[in-house]
Amino acid sequence: MSGTQTQAPRTSTAPLLEASNIVKHFPVRSSGLLRRQVGEIHAVCDVSLQLHENETLGLVGESGCGKSTLSRLLLNLLDLTAGEVTYRGQQVSGISRRAMRPLRREMQIVFQDPFASLDSRMTVFSLIAEPLRIQGLFEDDGHARVRELLQLVGLNPEHGNRYPHEFSGGQRQRIGIARALASDPKLIVLDEPVSALDVSIQAGVINLLEDLQDRFDLSYLFVAHDLSVVRHIADRVAVMYLGRIVEEAPTDQLFASPSHPYTQALISAVPFPDPHKERARERIIVTGDVPNPSDPPSGCRFRTRCPKFAAELSSSQQQQCIDEVPQLIDRGQGHPAACHFAEAHRMV
Amino acid sequence: MSVTDPAAPRRAGEAVLEIEDLHVAFPSEDGLVQAVRGVSYEVRAGEALGIVGESGAGKSVSSMAVMGLLPKNAQIEGSAKVLGQEMLGLKDAKISRIRGDQVAMIFQDPLTSLTPVYTIGRQLAEAVLAHRNVSKQAARERAIELLELVGIPNPQERVDAYPHELSGGMRQRVVIAIAMANDPDVIIADEPTTALDVTVQAQVLEALESARTQTGAALVMITHDLGVIAGHVDRVCVMYAGRIVESGTVDDVFYAPRMPYTLGLLGSLPRLDGSRDERLTPITGTPPSLVNLPPGCPFAPRCPLARDRCREEEPPLEAVDVASRHLAACHFSDELVGKEATDLFTESILDADVADEIVAEHGGQA
Amino acid sequence: MTDSRPPRQHVDPVATAPPDGDEDPSRDAEAITTRQRSQLQLVALRFVRHRAAMVSLFVFVLIVAFAFIGPHLWEWDHTVSRDIPSSQPPSWEHPFGTTSAGNDVFAQVMRGTQKSLQVAFTVGALTVIIGALWGTIAGYYRGKVDAVMMRIVDVLLIIPLLVLVVAIAGSARGGTTWWAVALIIGLFGWTTAARVVRGVVLSLREQEFVEASKAMGASDARIIFTHLLPNAAGPIIVAGTLAIALAILAEAGLSFLGFGIQPPDTSLGLLVERARTAARTRPWLFYPPGFMIVLIALTINFIGDGLRDALDPRQTTMRR
Repeated sequence: MSGTQTQAPRTSTAPLLEASNIVKHFPVRSSGLLRRQVGEIHAVCDVSLQLHENETLGLVGESGCGKSTLSRLLLNLLDLTAGEVTYRGQQVSGISRRAMRPLRREMQIVFQDPFASLDSRMTVFSLIAEPLRIQGLFEDDGHARVRELLQLVGLNPEHGNRYPHEFSGGQRQRIGIARALASDPKLIVLDEPVSALDVSIQAGVINLLEDLQDRFDLSYLFVAHDLSVVRHIADRVAVMYLGRIVEEAPTDQLFASPSHPYTQALISAVPFPDPHKERARERIIVTGDVPNPSDPPSGCRFRTRCPKFAAELSSSQQQQCIDEVPQLIDRGQGHPAACHFAEAHRMV
Repeated sequence: MSVTDPAAPRRAGEAVLEIEDLHVAFPSEDGLVQAVRGVSYEVRAGEALGIVGESGAGKSVSSMAVMGLLPKNAQIEGSAKVLGQEMLGLKDAKISRIRGDQVAMIFQDPLTSLTPVYTIGRQLAEAVLAHRNVSKQAARERAIELLELVGIPNPQERVDAYPHELSGGMRQRVVIAIAMANDPDVIIADEPTTALDVTVQAQVLEALESARTQTGAALVMITHDLGVIAGHVDRVCVMYAGRIVESGTVDDVFYAPRMPYTLGLLGSLPRLDGSRDERLTPITGTPPSLVNLPPGCPFAPRCPLARDRCREEEPPLEAVDVASRHLAACHFSDELVGKEATDLFTESILDADVADEIVAEHGGQA
Repeated sequence: MTDSRPPRQHVDPVATAPPDGDEDPSRDAEAITTRQRSQLQLVALRFVRHRAAMVSLFVFVLIVAFAFIGPHLWEWDHTVSRDIPSSQPPSWEHPFGTTSAGNDVFAQVMRGTQKSLQVAFTVGALTVIIGALWGTIAGYYRGKVDAVMMRIVDVLLIIPLLVLVVAIAGSARGGTTWWAVALIIGLFGWTTAARVVRGVVLSLREQEFVEASKAMGASDARIIFTHLLPNAAGPIIVAGTLAIALAILAEAGLSFLGFGIQPPDTSLGLLVERARTAARTRPWLFYPPGFMIVLIALTINFIGDGLRDALDPRQTTMRR
């Protein structure tokens, strides 16, 4: 099954979803009566990406890197500061809510927290029926459709009149998936859909997502911080750091030969559940913490923590990192990376 | 001064923490929650023990019992000894003397362990002063030294910072420094890196390692993350539904698991070092409620090997081979020799609770 | 615009049937019959299980019957009658005694309870409706809308209620009817409710389920009425019950100042205030209406408690 969805995306057609140079700044206001704007958080900075039909794009990064903000910008749940998002060539960003409604049918989202994302006062039936009602799809066969959806996600269709709190975390996440599927979308943004779940439950949800994708030709934007999960499910991966995409490659390539120092550090930090390999492996330890996004470092945003910057580069090279924002381009490593001195490094 | 000289390393092989047939139950509205049901383990000087399990398996409760940190209404039975000293039933004042001195604890959320209104230097110095009779100046110097040990840059400046001025990873390292302050014999780390990002997790684990080498303390690492366990402990206990269901060296448990739950857990993990095309094999269903557990093996409803005996008789934790230190609680653990997760578990996408619940409902009403 | 959409995929139910488990569909059918209850039934069930609320409801129904049906059955009304001897202690003829002017206190308490309840419930309804909507809209839209709406609330809070009521009531000559009193208290008493609800909504609007609703294309009205208001039901009901209790007291205060319900009509507040000096010497004038005020406030609070719990599905049906 998963054999069909590995490797290169089908790039023959135009992308389903395309973001061009999108920027999102959140104002930071003073707490006084006037609430003057005292600064800006640079949450997403000049990001471009494409998502093709039937493809899973993994978006990884650590907390605060802007991946969740980016996913909401793509769905027009937040207003852009600059840039443009298109869905099937049609402008999505900046259009009215009314104009957006028919598009919402095709673009859905599954959230991280299976508790907060389901209104605890609604029954499972009303939760799953909600998108149908909003989209005017409920009609006469709404009840049958909800039952069918429950069955699709592996739940008992008789449980429609129960409340979310009567279900376990994994089951609740399945309810969230059924809700996202209700309007028969083409694209689903999965925002950390399994990170709140226990390991043994997580696998079932991942398998379910894979099956649903095959069955309904879905495109996924899979946002996560867990590299192992992303590697398992994604066809292509984009790595984010402090609001920028620092590296983007087909999954196998990214994990086999990451070329941005951040990606390398990220991969090396993921513990293997294998004692021998884990003890023997090379580790690239990144020092310090993610800088404040309201005052990001000049030039390359990773330079303050970059092991390469600290240990390998000459002072003139370091100056380049400080002065010049590295472009996300292929410097001979086979895929784009935003590092002036990108160099493929075999890791796994 | 304390009775024992903290600087003298304990003899290897000496048990520093012994837990014997520990039972912990909490009364609740629905009935008695059997959080821990007969757990025994020991940690020897300098050794690192991992306790792994999913939420609600009871993995934290046993160590909280040792530290006297359970709520007053908890019903505790059994024995928990630190350096031969029985901890259960001890008065709070006495436990506090042992806590921090011989046993130190690190929690998931560093903010709950740090007081927001004092500088970290003051909190570190207090930890030192609580068990050592030294001057304030000496305590401050020790604080700076400890901060340096856990890898905090510019410790001379950071010592005067407040917890909120530090990042999550930095705070957790301060907590580790406090834990090290009195050269404890055991450090209990309860999900120390769960709230942190991977790159920061790596830093904190490194700090924990250096804390261990510095103090020679034994480590109890409680976590749900099999990866963290694999690289940082010598022995592992796998917990399920309030019991240890498998224990042994990391190699035994990771390479030759003899309890279907452990095997299933390993098989359900997407891994960075494996093949990408393999399907995951989830364990269907959810862990049982710890109120009114049915007889038999608690894993039986989710276990592909389960048969009638499993549903009638709870298997004891026994050596898998004669004289082996690899223990498993499974009637049919012999059948697991050489098995892969994919041999046992299916790639089901179905939520198996669906079927179970119906059975349970009818069983319950009958 | 969505021209070439494929028809909705209705997957053959047989094909979607789960690969394993659920062998026996007939068992499912049985399972539902025990579960199939409407949301309203579930709420009612949970309410019934709340003992204090049920007792209070029972008592409250008695009070309502006493206030609205009682006057039709009792031989005396609240007005002065020549046939009533003055200043009698309680007797079979006059269970709560009589006043010096010659009123049957039992009849007065019935009438007073009726008027007080009418005022209290009108105020409660006004508070809940205006306060909840005002607070929800301010909290949901935030920004300028919120700033303007909450400044209005602040201004209303600053002006002492009594001064305002006196000013308005003073200009409305010719005796104040119960609904005028209720309207005045209600129109200025919803501000606390609005503040509380706004606070709740401010945190609710950040919840993922609201975002999920937006991602489905829900309108603001839908989000407000299907998600925000039901989830704010607890605080709204608490604010409502508090408002009812406060209205009874406010009405009493107004009556005392002479701006409330005017004699010969009466209210509980008026009765208590008039009997103030007689509390020692003729306690039957003071305690019955006083006790009635306490009883109404208490039962309303317990009923509110029960409602709040019953409307929250996270509460188990097994409690208490």
